[in-house]
Amino acid sequence: MCSLQKSGRVFVLTLTGDGDHRLSPDVIAAIRDALARVKYESAAAGGRGFALVTTAEGRFFSNGFDLAWARSGGSASAIRTRLESMGSLLRQLVADLLSLPMPTIAAVTGHAAAAGFMLALSHDYVEMRGDRGFLYMSEIDIALPIPPYFMALMRSKITDPKVLRELVLEGKKIIAAEAMAKGIIDQAHGGAPETVKAAVRRAEELAEKNWIGEVYRSIRRGTLPEVTFAVGLPEETDEERQNLLSASNL
Amino acid sequence: MCSLGKRGRVFILTLTGDGEHRLSPDVIASVRDALARAKSESAAAGGRGFALVTTAEGRFFSNGFDLAWARSGGSASTARIRLQSMVSLFQPLVADLLSLPMPTIAAVTGHAAAAGFMLAICHDYVEMRGDRGILYMSELDVGMPFPPYFLKLMRSKISDPKVLREIVLEGKKIGASEATAKGIIDRAHGSALETVEAAVRRAEELAAKNWVGEVYGSIRRGALPEVRAAVGLPEETDEERQNLLAASKL
Repeated sequence: MCSLQKSGRVFVLTLTGDGDHRLSPDVIAAIRDALARVKYESAAAGGRGFALVTTAEGRFFSNGFDLAWARSGGSASAIRTRLESMGSLLRQLVADLLSLPMPTIAAVTGHAAAAGFMLALSHDYVEMRGDRGFLYMSEIDIALPIPPYFMALMRSKITDPKVLRELVLEGKKIIAAEAMAKGIIDQAHGGAPETVKAAVRRAEELAEKNWIGEVYRSIRRGTLPEVTFAVGLPEETDEERQNLLSASNL
Repeated sequence: MCSLGKRGRVFILTLTGDGEHRLSPDVIASVRDALARAKSESAAAGGRGFALVTTAEGRFFSNGFDLAWARSGGSASTARIRLQSMVSLFQPLVADLLSLPMPTIAAVTGHAAAAGFMLAICHDYVEMRGDRGILYMSELDVGMPFPPYFLKLMRSKISDPKVLREIVLEGKKIGASEATAKGIIDRAHGSALETVEAAVRRAEELAAKNWVGEVYGSIRRGALPEVRAAVGLPEETDEERQNLLAASKL
């Protein structure tokens, strides 16, 4: 479901296989495991100067929650319960990414829809292939409400209300070049391999700055207070900030 | 450390001397004194139609907190305590500027880093020299977390999340013309002298509007609710607004 590799100081998490990388409970758990390993290994190696790239094989980055699994629950209430369970599991995954003590870059190598789009947006930087693939919030088209933490993520990263409206209230499908022009992603590239290479290059540049991971995380969370709240993370305390100071170059 | 002059209806607060204008407890206290004097003198002269320009002599606007003073405490824990004391003392200075009953303009005549950058953006307008000098949030490079009110101040004034990311999560050093293009400051000028002249000119135009100072302060605070809350200023009450109405041209 997902693999974790290392290229120098850059961790590369890949959603494996040719499918549409639906975010089922199992896939979410596998990603969370990989992130826990990234966190552990980087801490063991000094806790500074690392970065993460998340990418996927095949034509899809991720097509969102596993709605087929939800529907196979049978009854209307079982379907709802399964959908809610994925919603709450992804919420924890977003919290993990928000708390990861290193810069994060999504290399969007295919379609990213709904929860899959949220997975991409949960990263500090988004590089995307420009030759095919689009971003799409499908919820309006399939009559699904959007969880508050999805909105918090989008509103934190996409500040133009007209762009937000296009995405969530029009269900527009947006390709990389347009997404870049509209400030939704950072950079559009050519094919998938170029995109991954560019993401890894950015990751290497950021890793080289040798920033203290816990400080990076603290500052990142500080820039995203609504997302921090929406995913159930507590506000940083004065004590935690004091502890970070003790490790600094003060 | 700082002087307060007056040119017509414009108060000019200058951080004096050739040094880095580090925001030590003494410098913070002296700036606060100067602001208190500007406030009481303007009130005594009718409470309307004034403006403030803040500037500095030498190559620096301000290079931030006095970390050398913090370190000279002798131990790591004293250094942390001293740093925390400056963080705590600077907060009411931000509150003073947020409440000042007149338009405020920062004439950034040199480097403005960390708390020095914050001092600049506490002003309603920021004019900056374009020939040299940079804006820089050094915290990530030095391994220090942000006081929450710093982030709230930046988020209130810099609405593009990618620009904010560059500043706080990349530690980018930004010159005046880039800062203008990115909406961080209002205008880039040539030399320090040109910058101060432009700032005073803007201050004179604003002062000439003859706005009631208390109303200006009220509206400014209302436009920056997160900063207001972060620096411990209470929300304006209905009664206070009623009192302001009593003095108006209603």
